[in-house]
Amino acid sequence: MSQELRTNGIVQDEPLLWEKGRKGRDGYSMPLRDVEKASIDESLLGDGPDFPDLSEVDVVRHYTRLSQWNFGVDTGMYPLGSCTMKYNPKINEKLSSYIGLTRSHPLLPAHLSQGTLRLLYELESYLCEITGMDAVSLQPAAGAHGELAGMLIFHAYHKSKGKKRNKILIPDTAHGTNPASASLCGFQAVVVKSSEKGILSHETVAELMDEDTAGIMVTNPNTLGLFEKNIRKIADIVHEKGGLVYADGANMNAVMGIVQMGKIGVDVMHLNLHKTFSTPHGGGGPGAGPVCVKKELEKFLPVPRIRKVKDAYALVENIPESIGKLHTFYGNFSVLVRAYCYILSMGPEGLKAVSQHAVLNANYIKEKLKDHFHIPYDRPCMHECVFTDKFQEKHHVSTLDIAKRMIDYGIHPPTIYFPLVVHGAMMIEPPETESKEEIDRLIAVLKIIAKEAEDNPEIVRNAPQFARMRRLDEVTAARKPVLIG
Amino acid sequence: MTEEDLNVKEINELILPNDLFYTEAHEWAKTEKNSVKIGITDYAQDQLGDIVFVELPQVGDTFEKGSVFGSLESVKAVSEIYMPVSGKVTAINTALADSPELVNQDPYAAWIIEISPTDLSETDTLMKKDAYLKQLKG
Amino acid sequence: MRYLPHTLDEVAEMLSVVGLKHLEDLFKPIPASLRSKKGLAIPGPLTEWELEERIAEIADIMASTEKMKIFLGAGSYRHYIPESVRYLLSRSEFSTSYTPYQPEISQGTLQAIFEYQTLVSRLLGMDMANASIYDGATSLSEAVLMAIRITRKRKVAVSRLIHPNYRRVLETYLTPAGYDIVELPYLETGRTDISSLNDFEDIAAVAVQSPNFMGMIEDLKMVREKTKDRNTLLICAFSEPLAYGLLKPPGAFGADIACGEGQSFGISQSFGGPALGMFAFKKDYVRNAPGRLVGQTTDLDGNRGYVLTLATREQHIRREKATSNICTNQGLCALASAMYMASIGGTGIKELARLNYDKAAYLKEGLRKKGLKLKFDGPTFNEFVVEYPKGAYQNLMKKGMVIGLPLEPFYPELAGQYLVCVTETIKKEDMDNLIKEM
Repeated sequence: MSQELRTNGIVQDEPLLWEKGRKGRDGYSMPLRDVEKASIDESLLGDGPDFPDLSEVDVVRHYTRLSQWNFGVDTGMYPLGSCTMKYNPKINEKLSSYIGLTRSHPLLPAHLSQGTLRLLYELESYLCEITGMDAVSLQPAAGAHGELAGMLIFHAYHKSKGKKRNKILIPDTAHGTNPASASLCGFQAVVVKSSEKGILSHETVAELMDEDTAGIMVTNPNTLGLFEKNIRKIADIVHEKGGLVYADGANMNAVMGIVQMGKIGVDVMHLNLHKTFSTPHGGGGPGAGPVCVKKELEKFLPVPRIRKVKDAYALVENIPESIGKLHTFYGNFSVLVRAYCYILSMGPEGLKAVSQHAVLNANYIKEKLKDHFHIPYDRPCMHECVFTDKFQEKHHVSTLDIAKRMIDYGIHPPTIYFPLVVHGAMMIEPPETESKEEIDRLIAVLKIIAKEAEDNPEIVRNAPQFARMRRLDEVTAARKPVLIG
Repeated sequence: MTEEDLNVKEINELILPNDLFYTEAHEWAKTEKNSVKIGITDYAQDQLGDIVFVELPQVGDTFEKGSVFGSLESVKAVSEIYMPVSGKVTAINTALADSPELVNQDPYAAWIIEISPTDLSETDTLMKKDAYLKQLKG
Repeated sequence: MRYLPHTLDEVAEMLSVVGLKHLEDLFKPIPASLRSKKGLAIPGPLTEWELEERIAEIADIMASTEKMKIFLGAGSYRHYIPESVRYLLSRSEFSTSYTPYQPEISQGTLQAIFEYQTLVSRLLGMDMANASIYDGATSLSEAVLMAIRITRKRKVAVSRLIHPNYRRVLETYLTPAGYDIVELPYLETGRTDISSLNDFEDIAAVAVQSPNFMGMIEDLKMVREKTKDRNTLLICAFSEPLAYGLLKPPGAFGADIACGEGQSFGISQSFGGPALGMFAFKKDYVRNAPGRLVGQTTDLDGNRGYVLTLATREQHIRREKATSNICTNQGLCALASAMYMASIGGTGIKELARLNYDKAAYLKEGLRKKGLKLKFDGPTFNEFVVEYPKGAYQNLMKKGMVIGLPLEPFYPELAGQYLVCVTETIKKEDMDNLIKEM
């Protein structure tokens, strides 16, 4: 294929906000003053913050230019393993911005908030059905927040049984938020080594599980893109010793309509709405991380809960065994609206097709690239597949170099150096919203880079060459941090 | 391991002074009268890559042999540093606060802490250069 | 389906490459006993047009609150948002982009967040700020955990006048690790009573909110004096950052950490979320701070650029020893607030803050002249507490006014008292109508 190395176009430099502007400019339409100035104790007055004064045009040009330096899902593919960077439907943006929703104050009496409460209530029921769980709280503002909720539920459960448990089992393939969330609850993480097959073996779990262990945190499919097929046996072993099973639902995109976590031994799980349910990543957030539980654990969910009494929706605060509140109000409401819209747009068959196509895409890529990149687990994968830089090592080209070179071809790098158990890991997840042309292009680009690594490794090691910036000095940034201007 | 490992030295390129003790976790220890200076080996600094921060204990802290007394950070990783022998911290190398790169430049001049040891005979369990080299060759 | 591009032919082609016949075959590696037998019992699919109708129906149920005059604050504030901000946020290079782990193609996000960190630091009078926490409540919780790490003490003194929901979330965060919260009561003046605190031996931090939940401005100078040189941090929380367009900010009093809610700056209320946890601190504490940080640096060609930095504090590297478990934050909301701060400017924010103050003062004075009792005597910003006559709240609701937040559910000792908020979106005639009804 021809070399399509281009990032040209009209992309301008743009200084920092305070390097622009002039005192007295304004970019805001000051509302009319219809009251007199009231007296004020002068000793309370500050000087006001040192913000630049900019005109509306200054601000619009500034951010328009900055946006042009960014890659987004609308620009091209992000084959980021475990991130599920799928297309963000535009209709959901419009609908979540309806004034009836955006102007709603969270502390209005319930009878004035029936619309928003209804939407949340219905979304809870859809997520219950999709996960096979019995109750949901939409309060957690992100996946890690949902994990914290899960760990707090573990803690509350064991407390209610009269026994404090100190440990929690966490696979070596787990995302960093798992042990971080566990440790916030005072649990000590005990690492469970995955088998040479890349999944958990129930024998290893049996060796580690005891009555001082609160339970296990699993990700299913796991971060190697493999289905944890021993999950039932593992759940039985953990339950038998009085523990609970937590599932990190980051990889739900592989199994919607195919596996219901609540039916295979999972007691608590979270979802990432900004992954599986198409809400935009926003350059780092906001997301949403609803926590879902089995009936027995419902009483521990964060409050308030949403209840439907006859035809009216109400917020219920008085649930004594609840873990309490995790968010000032009810969670990231307008993110939840987008997920609600997405589920309704797809319907049951649509969500199943999402998972089927996602898994098809990953297996297709694995098949096409297996002669060019080393595959540590050469078995059918789920919605993501893992490669390493083993074949390129002899040319002194690393996973990092390969990732950076993809930028020159207009594709965002995949997840790299994660999970930690695979040396030089490169995890590729091509979501179901990517067309076959885009996927074939990804394959072609990776083949070209593999060849470049052999014939012209310098060009890979010096990548990216066509992005707005070359590789940045992260060492000085960490040694001598400059966090403000 | 991090992205840095493809640019690391070969084993025969490593600098390993003869007059030091070495540990499995890649620290070195230099005994002087009744004090011990501790740092990390050329292998360790090379594997870690550019060091951006050194976490030091406080003077007066005591640690047992084998326990963590500090850490070294690169951009993408954190490496804990372990006591080769038990003792009380009598000095910390404050120059490393402003210039952590000194550890990369000369890991043997850039000592990290100095301790007064509780039991100098613990050095009997440490390796000398040849044994350490053997361990590195694996 | 427009979000599923593969045609039947393409699916067949790709299946044959993988060596399979049907899509179902892809899931054979999953034991049959674990696979669902039934389809999902959820509604849909709806066409784009049906979906629009459905949401319009829901939004219309809420429309009544649009025509109503609402005098509510308490952590969620109605402020005008310039259309330019809304428009710029819709640029998909911002909204559909990922976390800027690949800085070469994320300079838009990175420079924007560096600017946000800077503006927040200037607003709060602090050395530096992070790239956001989820909201005011979690921002406070992270501040307390940070103070506990820094001082290695296990108790924290928390003012009863901090937003009740912030305190409840803090309790949720501190309970499992067994840290203690000592509640500081309040005086008749509506400010925190710190006199009960004499022994700071095991107090990691004193946390107050200013303006506090009652809208009162706290005496931060006095609190700082009491906590100085005791290895006890001063945490200053807030729910209405616009106040610092007028009043001295937390940094002016030597606060160690300033944390709170940034929703007022360019973010819709949207039934309470997404919000914006602003978080700023003294530079000595940077390696203990939670959340992402963007730093300035140069690239191989010597050009100025920005990167995520000090990542070794975070969960993806430090794992169980991380300063926080936070990964996804409120990125796009931080961007919205930076755009708002850029639009309103240093001159504009002083004017807008003053306008809020004057409008609230007008209503306060108008109600006082009508004989209503103001519970607390002292300076407030754009919220205050008043005792409404019995039945007034319910009667006026029928007339299309929500005249405040009843405080009894939050403070049983304040039955009959209401928290009233006035921003620039309330007109003089709305206030005159309310006063007239008394």
